[in-house]
Amino acid sequence: MGKVWKFGHNVNTDVIIPARYNITIDEKELAKNVFCEVKPDYAKTVNPGDVIVAGDNFGCGSSREHAPIALKGSGAKCIIAKSYARIFFRNAINIGLPILECDVYDDVQEGDEFDVNLETGIIRNITNGKEFQAKPLPEFVLKIVNAGGIVNFLKSHNIEELQ
Amino acid sequence: MGTLVEEIFSRKLGRPVKAGEIVMVDVDYMMTHDNTSPLAIKAFRDIGKPIMDKDRVVIHFDHAYPAPNVLAAETQKKIVDFMKEQSIKNFYHQGICHQVMIEEGFVTPGKIIIGGDSHSNTYGAFGCFGVGFGSTEIGVAWISGKTWFRVPETIHIKLTGKNLPGSYAKDVMIYVAGKLGMDGATYKSVEFSGEYIDRLPMHERIIFPNMSTEIGAKCGLIAVDDTTIKFLENETKAEGPFEKIVPVNPRYEREIEINVDEIEPQVACHPDVDNARPLKDVEGLPIDEVFLGTCTNGRYEDIEIFADIIKGKKVSRFTRVLVNPASRNVLQKMIDKGLVKILQDAGVTIGVTGCGACIGRHAGLLAPGEKAFTTMNRNFVGRMGSAEAEIYLGSPAAAAATAIEGKITDPRKYMRA
Repeated sequence: MGKVWKFGHNVNTDVIIPARYNITIDEKELAKNVFCEVKPDYAKTVNPGDVIVAGDNFGCGSSREHAPIALKGSGAKCIIAKSYARIFFRNAINIGLPILECDVYDDVQEGDEFDVNLETGIIRNITNGKEFQAKPLPEFVLKIVNAGGIVNFLKSHNIEELQ
Repeated sequence: MGTLVEEIFSRKLGRPVKAGEIVMVDVDYMMTHDNTSPLAIKAFRDIGKPIMDKDRVVIHFDHAYPAPNVLAAETQKKIVDFMKEQSIKNFYHQGICHQVMIEEGFVTPGKIIIGGDSHSNTYGAFGCFGVGFGSTEIGVAWISGKTWFRVPETIHIKLTGKNLPGSYAKDVMIYVAGKLGMDGATYKSVEFSGEYIDRLPMHERIIFPNMSTEIGAKCGLIAVDDTTIKFLENETKAEGPFEKIVPVNPRYEREIEINVDEIEPQVACHPDVDNARPLKDVEGLPIDEVFLGTCTNGRYEDIEIFADIIKGKKVSRFTRVLVNPASRNVLQKMIDKGLVKILQDAGVTIGVTGCGACIGRHAGLLAPGEKAFTTMNRNFVGRMGSAEAEIYLGSPAAAAATAIEGKITDPRKYMRA
């Protein structure tokens, strides 16, 4: 179980982590400044297992991988958004940050308690009792996720094995 | 047969490919810059296998170059050490990666280029599939030479008519972004065509694929014609022959026709690119910094439009006016054609070739409460420094008029004979 941190639509990569902090690739260092402009409390008080909920087009903007790395480093269990910007989606899968595509947006308040099963994609809002099913990932994407990211996948496979 | 993106993938794979298919393809070039190379190098080292073809690796220093602080200097040194160790030849530090990719001849019709930069879509102006990628996946492609794509469906934007005086491709694209919204084309290919596009020179066409990123597109594409080929032959180091890739009996997911005849100068207002309004709605807003440059509008022709308006005048006393040429070639042409003198006389600060203030790491950051008017493609909160600053996007002509008055100004005021 974890607490929900709720964000809006079109959460862009500059909001997730401004470029001036992208001078390191250390996930813990990056995590110190995640959402620093829009929700400074997040980096200070997020607990492992908390969940980020957002609307449409999460992660739009820059291709910077610092954004999903910072989120992973912050200890969030996963992101649940209505939809993702395409580069962010690939980046998150590639670095092993769990992301779920599901429309929970209107049925959640910041601070609600969520129980998320990453295996089944079943999301329970403990606070209001509602239950949701996330959209399943394509099979070849699951191969990357199950390996813990593309780097791990490539250590023991070649790229053609994704198909 | 098919849309432009289907044509490019079909040629690459030697079989008909349709939207929705997931394909594994050879990548012609993998591009990264000083901001995105370190994570690609990390992925490459973590996997521990050799680079498949070093000539397909292209690295640019442009985002914060020369280094504005010691940490950036250390990062750049590590990238240089990596290039020496791996004998990477394609290293450039003469301007914005996308401009230099075009000038140096990497961008040609039918090529597939993955770029560690979201504006890699720019290459679509040349019928080249350019697409933004994260660094890790680029490090992977250095090793595998390949990557996977889901061939996207296409939104066709047909542009007809002619620009009003004082309006440019930038104004049209801001208008388009306002109509479609920031996620209006997520995961899609956006094909720009029509008599308006046909008549545009390359530096104006480039705006559309470049800013297709701002509406969420996977790629933005324009068919190859004589204008494209002439530009490649005369303005770049690319070697032909070039394939005239055009859509063949395409089936589009959605078609949008826009007549540009009535599109007045536009501004994308704080804090989103799709917050597009006619410039007259924000006319008179005081501006602290005018910044002309970037992969959207930092080319010679953009600076020429700006210089034509500002010639013989002075920039407003309390407004910083910054020009960063997109590349060393652009700067050289500015020197040769006398633009440097015009800008210097007007009180403009000419900066280093490269991305300049666009990524908020050096060369013109904004203080809390400041407002910038710029030719960039993106105006997100905090993009140019303080999150309490505001960014307004428009054309080089509007930037020039605004620089003179120190407040957002309609360029037509300075264009009447």
